Amino acid sequence: MSAPNKSYDPVEVEALKPEAIDGARDAAFAAFEAAADLEALREAKIAHTGDRSPLALANREIGALPPQAKAAAGKRVGQARGAVNKALAARQSVLEAERDERVLVEEAVDVTLPYDRAPAGARHPLTTLSERIEDIFVAMGYEVAEGPEVETEWFNFDALNLDPDHPARSTHDTFFVADERGGPDSGLVLRTHTSPVQIRSLLDREPPVYVICPGRTYRSDELDATHTPVFGQVELLAVDEGLTMADLKGTLDHMVRSLFGPEMRTRLRPNYFPFTEPSAEMDMVCFRCHGESVGDPDRPCRTCGSEGWIELGGCGVVNPRVLVACGIDPERYSGFAFGFGIERMLMFRHGVADMRDIIEGDVRFTRPFGSEI
Amino acid sequence: MRVPLSWLREYVDLPSEVGGREVATRLISAGLEVELVERLGADLTGPLVVGRVLAIEELTEFKKPIRYCQVDVGQANGTGQPQNIICGATNFAVGDKVVVVLPGAVLPGGFKISARKTYGHTSEGMICSARELGVGEDHDGIMVLPPEHEVGTDAITLLELLDEVLDIAVTTDRGYCLSMRGVARETATAFGLPLRDPALLDVPAAGGPGHPVRIEDEAACDRFVARVVTGVRPDARSPIWMRRRLQKSGMRPVSLAVDITNYVMLELGQPLHAYDAARLNGTIVVRRAAAGERLTTLDGVERKLHPEDLVIADDRGPVGLAGVMGGANTEIADVPQEPRSPLAPEVGTTAVVIEAAHFDAVTVARASRRHRLSSEASRRFERGVDPAAAGAAAQRAVDLLVLLAGGTAGEGVTDVGTPAPPATVEMRADHPDRVAGVTYGREVVVRRLQEVGCAVDGSDILDVTAPSWRPDLTEPNDLAEEVLRLEGYASLPSTLPRPPAGRGLTEGQRLRRRVGRALAGAGYVETLNYPFVGEKALDALGLPADDPRRRAVRLANPLSEEEPWLRTTLLPGLLETARRNHGRGSGDLALFESGLVFRPTGLEPAATRPPVTRRPTDEEAAALRAAVPPQPRHVAVVLSGAREAAGWWGGERPAGWADAVEAARVVAREARVELIVERDQHEPWHPGRCAALRVRLDGERRLVGHAGELHPRVVKALGLPERSCAMELDLDVLAEAAGGPVAGPDISTFPVATQDVALVVDNAVPAAEVEGALRAGAGELLESVRLFDVFTGEQLGAGRKSLAYALRFRAPDRTLTAEEATAAREAAVATAVSRTGATLRGA
Repeated sequence: MSAPNKSYDPVEVEALKPEAIDGARDAAFAAFEAAADLEALREAKIAHTGDRSPLALANREIGALPPQAKAAAGKRVGQARGAVNKALAARQSVLEAERDERVLVEEAVDVTLPYDRAPAGARHPLTTLSERIEDIFVAMGYEVAEGPEVETEWFNFDALNLDPDHPARSTHDTFFVADERGGPDSGLVLRTHTSPVQIRSLLDREPPVYVICPGRTYRSDELDATHTPVFGQVELLAVDEGLTMADLKGTLDHMVRSLFGPEMRTRLRPNYFPFTEPSAEMDMVCFRCHGESVGDPDRPCRTCGSEGWIELGGCGVVNPRVLVACGIDPERYSGFAFGFGIERMLMFRHGVADMRDIIEGDVRFTRPFGSEI
Repeated sequence: MRVPLSWLREYVDLPSEVGGREVATRLISAGLEVELVERLGADLTGPLVVGRVLAIEELTEFKKPIRYCQVDVGQANGTGQPQNIICGATNFAVGDKVVVVLPGAVLPGGFKISARKTYGHTSEGMICSARELGVGEDHDGIMVLPPEHEVGTDAITLLELLDEVLDIAVTTDRGYCLSMRGVARETATAFGLPLRDPALLDVPAAGGPGHPVRIEDEAACDRFVARVVTGVRPDARSPIWMRRRLQKSGMRPVSLAVDITNYVMLELGQPLHAYDAARLNGTIVVRRAAAGERLTTLDGVERKLHPEDLVIADDRGPVGLAGVMGGANTEIADVPQEPRSPLAPEVGTTAVVIEAAHFDAVTVARASRRHRLSSEASRRFERGVDPAAAGAAAQRAVDLLVLLAGGTAGEGVTDVGTPAPPATVEMRADHPDRVAGVTYGREVVVRRLQEVGCAVDGSDILDVTAPSWRPDLTEPNDLAEEVLRLEGYASLPSTLPRPPAGRGLTEGQRLRRRVGRALAGAGYVETLNYPFVGEKALDALGLPADDPRRRAVRLANPLSEEEPWLRTTLLPGLLETARRNHGRGSGDLALFESGLVFRPTGLEPAATRPPVTRRPTDEEAAALRAAVPPQPRHVAVVLSGAREAAGWWGGERPAGWADAVEAARVVAREARVELIVERDQHEPWHPGRCAALRVRLDGERRLVGHAGELHPRVVKALGLPERSCAMELDLDVLAEAAGGPVAGPDISTFPVATQDVALVVDNAVPAAEVEGALRAGAGELLESVRLFDVFTGEQLGAGRKSLAYALRFRAPDRTLTAEEATAAREAAVATAVSRTGATLRGA
């Protein structure tokens, strides 16, 4: 560095000559432009903006100028350095963007690789179907009621107007709990329907009672393609003032529409059950062919066997004797009830051909149903 | 009940174009369960005619006897000349009337008949057996007709081969429909046509010298009609029409007297019994069986009678099990028709006593159950028989015996007992409206009840007297159902009730759903297994003899004697399902089940049977509830194979004991319960890899289950993949311990201070204890503790392990200084040292 010199003329200082400054600036521009990558740019940066770069050196000379010359020289050098820094930053940003682009390309993977590392779980479709049905009624204000599977004969039969000599009782194919001698007289059975839960509900609650009773039930059938000794049932009971068979019909219609679509309807056929009077068998129109396969041999329907209707289960107006056994005044209250098996419902709703697939717990059957149905 | 349409038309003038399907449809909507409409003879085409055998030439040159016959078929063949027919049967003679099928006909099964050359002759048709005509399976030989039928008569009509049969599953309340009379009544109502009631017969008044009858138990038998017919030809045969009707109705023709009793039973619904009068000794008595009495029933079984059995007896003892089956000792003996054996008895029954009685339904039902003997009679009595029809039924049988067997009706009519008159039910005239939710109006209600056969009186309040054949109509709802079904369920509107506002699912129900979803989310597949277990399954689990899980509910009639118990644990079923999946090629398994187990205490009181005519008292209700064994809901998982599969990401991670314990934590988390995990030894788990699972409930630590790796012996015994793991816990206890709503935590936004410590402890010291000590000692500044490494090695010394923890400290109101964090860590370590004997690693 030169010492300050008052008589010093900047034009005389080689480094501060305007041509020199412009030259250094342009050289920097060219060097930046020529830098192909960030590394080259870093070197160009040191060369053209570092402590030993021409412009830095020129800047240093300014101090030696007489005061009247400093301003003009300073301005000239400053402008040149500003332009250089700006060009550097611009180039830096271009090169960084190029680098980022390149890295992203290099990091690309095959996103089609499978990732079946931990296989998915699933809930059993009987559970989720039952819940779906429960939810329809819970939304209407019903409660879900439950009870034991080993049940007293009183709850399972007697209170439901099925006394021991009732011929219908024998149709229940009952599993009896062994008494002390191994005989069937313990007074306990595996419940043959979830109706005992209705009785428990009527004893536990004051009317009005609106309950839905899902659960496991048992009948001593051997397992085959259409029967299982252990099966799921959903029953419904409503006891209130002024309930009618028409209310039963409307409730059934609502259920099948919720499950199968708004165009669904039900049909009642007279039948006999000891716990309801009047009683009916309930059918719903086939949700697949909507009855159009009836009498049309060219378009047979496997779901309903071209019958047009699918049998759901039994229903009716609660027999006043049942109300009496629960201490409810049949003059004031009436009720309706229905029940059906959900294995069958699952079979036709989801096209399951063999009951055993539902029962045997093969994960290949259950997994596709996922967590909700 | 099988109902031939041709027979039904005898009582109801159905238009000829109305077929079986339409009758079925109408009857179904009136409440009869018509399961099937069978079309008889649908694949049969004539000509099929009556022929008379004119000549038989025995052809002897063949291996079996062959006959070349000339048969007169009148003008049926168009020529009037005899038909030449080859026949392989030999049970007919010249002059016999037979059924001949002529060329051009098609027999059942698509069997086309044409003239063809066989055994050296041209056979112009065929002489038919009963089987070929589809009218019976009994005889392989030719069907020989009674001689009175004209040659050339159309046999399709004669044998009533074309018909439709309605197969009706009669529900237990409609016993009257186990008769043509009852089904005809329903048909008449359904079509709005008049009914010709076959029970409307002229019956002479009781009296005269009939067979004496005494009823000793009026409650069990309230009417007994006895009629005598003498001079019956024992060789008289049932006419074709009767045999055909019996066959179409599903009964086998036996002998004339028996066929008549069956025929009248089918027609009127009244079971009858025919006794050989010569074999009855003295007064017929209806009484309960005496101790030690025995009776051989018509099915040939000798039965030890029960003192509650109602029997028909004569001076020598029981001759029938009332309402169920007659005795062999007074059986009608006919002269056998075929084979024509010279050894057959020459003399059969010539005098018959007809019984038409009315027995109590429960008495018959019990006897039938006791003797495991269900008969056409018992089925009807159990469901209710019209007591008023007994006289007509006996009369009908007498008439038929006179007509068909040449008998003479005895002068006397025995008719003892007093059946209770039908009940009169008081019902509001608008009751059916209120049951249905439809306004029928009084007029419709009265008309419909009258169609059912009721006598109806009154205006706003109706006095309805049910007909004698409807013992099921005892309450207003029974009557309402009659109105509803006849008006048609199809006309019911669809309305929705308005239940009171509901409360949704209970906490327990929500928990169960959450647990299911959480386990499914964790990769478990739900299974629902049968609860039947046997000794073998419990032995395979290695349960000791006194294990409480061996105290199980036993079934009296299990599906399999191998599995008579109900499960006390979910594991047997779940492990069996795992094994099945494994066998089917799914080896990497994570299964769960949620379900009830049955844990009798042995202290349950006996189940009671309070009356159902009132609400049980609180004590009775409590006793009923106490009678069932505890049935807690358990949840269990089983794991085998890989928990995570091998792949491009790396190797597989086998399922292990830790996954099983984690499954329990998943469940507990859903219940918002802190699970206390402790080392334990418990079958069927590996003694060194078994965790007891506990929760805090009412200030106590309650055991809720176990988890870990299964004992290698168990795994081997059950054929499961090695190192299979399982978890089972009591969801009910967990639900009871469930935490309430979570209190929203205060979140500090000040920086965290992290400090790591490595503690060396004896191998036997559970990590949970070390962590507990660190938590206890660290004080309020501790935010979390996490075990990030477990290390064993020589430098630690044998039987020692190093546990490395990351402790995170944070204050709610300030940035912690390094000194504060270090002090907290040192306090934590000090507690761990004093409680577990830990030493700071590297210290």
